[in-house]
Amino acid sequence: MSTLPVLSSTTGSASSSAPDSEPETSTVTASDGQPSRWWLYVILSLVLLVVVAPFVWMVLGSFKTQGELLQRPPTWWPQAATFDNYTQLFTRLNFSQYFVNSTVVAVVVTAGNLLFCSMLGYALAMLDFRGKRALFLVVMATLMIPGVVTFVPLFVLVANIGLINSLPGLILPFLVAPFGVFLMRQFFLGLPRDLLDAGRVDGASELRIFTRIFLPLSGPALATLGILTFLGSWNNFLWPLVVAQQEDKYTLPVALALYSTGQNSTQYGLLLAGATIVILPVLAVFLVFQRRFIEGIATTGIK
Amino acid sequence: MTTTTPVAADSRAGRSKRPSRRGRQEGIAAWVLALPFCALFLIFTLWPVLQSLFMSVTDTKSKDLRTPFSVDIVGLDNYTRALSDPVFRKAMFNTAYFVLIGMPLTLGLALAAALALDKGIRRFRAVFRLGFYLPVITSIVAVAVVWRFLLQHESGLINTVLGWVGIDGPNWLGDPNWSMPGLIMMASWRNFGTPMIIFLAGLQSVPAMLHEAAKIDGASALQRFRHVTIPMLRPTILFVSVTTSIGYIQFFEEPLIMTNGGPLNSTISISMYTYKQFGFGNYGFAASMSYLIFVIIAVVTAIQFRLLRENT
Repeated sequence: MSTLPVLSSTTGSASSSAPDSEPETSTVTASDGQPSRWWLYVILSLVLLVVVAPFVWMVLGSFKTQGELLQRPPTWWPQAATFDNYTQLFTRLNFSQYFVNSTVVAVVVTAGNLLFCSMLGYALAMLDFRGKRALFLVVMATLMIPGVVTFVPLFVLVANIGLINSLPGLILPFLVAPFGVFLMRQFFLGLPRDLLDAGRVDGASELRIFTRIFLPLSGPALATLGILTFLGSWNNFLWPLVVAQQEDKYTLPVALALYSTGQNSTQYGLLLAGATIVILPVLAVFLVFQRRFIEGIATTGIK
Repeated sequence: MTTTTPVAADSRAGRSKRPSRRGRQEGIAAWVLALPFCALFLIFTLWPVLQSLFMSVTDTKSKDLRTPFSVDIVGLDNYTRALSDPVFRKAMFNTAYFVLIGMPLTLGLALAAALALDKGIRRFRAVFRLGFYLPVITSIVAVAVVWRFLLQHESGLINTVLGWVGIDGPNWLGDPNWSMPGLIMMASWRNFGTPMIIFLAGLQSVPAMLHEAAKIDGASALQRFRHVTIPMLRPTILFVSVTTSIGYIQFFEEPLIMTNGGPLNSTISISMYTYKQFGFGNYGFAASMSYLIFVIIAVVTAIQFRLLRENT
């Protein structure tokens, strides 16, 4: 843990100097002098096949009919491909509503975390104020407390302020997270303090120094925190399951879970189509930000 | 985690009787920045944590929701009741089973994949990395939908493949002896991507020089792994095993949507039993169990820190 500030300091320079360079062709392997081994490619490809097979099967299955999905032995390629499952999700079931709910919750939660966690993270890393140490210790202590501990009283609280079955009830408990503060603090500790002094000498106000100098520099850290928060919120299941009590407030995972366990005769094609739709947005987010995200994990202090 | 010297100097200035204008401005600005987080944190994290602690020593039921101060304090009764509850014990056993078998499997897979990607190959790394990470970014509900199919007794893909090599596959989710292996298989598949990426980052920080030196001294690949890679990777292993075990001790979503704890409570976990008691309205009892989970996590984490940090 003591090496974290050092690690985070490399983030800024590494990603700003060569954002598009391939980290894969790292010097570690090159200087190792070992040729790539063909048999490793074979093993890795087989493993990749096993890992990815369920996804391929899921996507293909979403185009099958109920009859084909119950067929034994199971088929791989759809015999008579149909879009019926997808059409039904959005016509007979209320999937567009769930999609909107999931998106609103994930976007607001992510925005809140990026804003509030970077503000406190900056204050803890760069500024001096009364109660700073105590505040840091309390926030870090709760980082270790598992979610199930606060689950019951959080539910009571949200029920008492009348937010059960509402989008604010889904959003508010996740708007800030100790993990985000830790991540952002570690990142800011790695930036040079001279920037702060320079800003002060130029007569900029404290808040202006934060918004005009430090925030624009924290792209990599914000990207990592943003992606992790978005993924977490999009896939969050337990809290929406208890809070979203009426159908019009369901998020995608809740709807999918209830359709997969609740019905007497499960429509498997619908489930597989629904599961495919749940994955698409996170897959898109991940594909776009993949490199920054993995670099971020390696260097922002999660390690 | 220690404060740097300039900060320490500033703080002395801030504590003097007449703080400088700059110091006062800095303090005000800091609290303006801290305030939104603190307000939300106080209401939605700190207060529930403390209330949960209070609830755990009371007989709070769901009917007491609107009159929280009318409940009776029962001391440690909830805790002793939990520890002597046969279902809770079964849940403890299942959770230990999941952690002790599932975690080495997950981390072993992750390390093997990371080593292969780091040292073994040069091309298509990004493709393999993305493929291996794909299950992590997927909603557990979507994963469950697919895996319930894969694990089906007669027509499931896994038993079909086993049938090709003449093995009569078990009724994975229907047989109490095979339900946990089924869930562990799924969980390892789903979760090894995160530790893999962290291992990859750790491996890249091992200086190539050390390997060169060991090679010149005539160390075999296995010896180099044992005496160079593993010791250099120790902090990464500590981080990965701590975070993975914290996640695995809270084993919950997999059994909830795959088996609902069945058959015959063979997959019920402590988190899940806590959640079920909460559903029954036994808030005090559920809160005490959630604190037992917290204690278990704290103990396991402390043990890992001792084992991995001191035995250098």
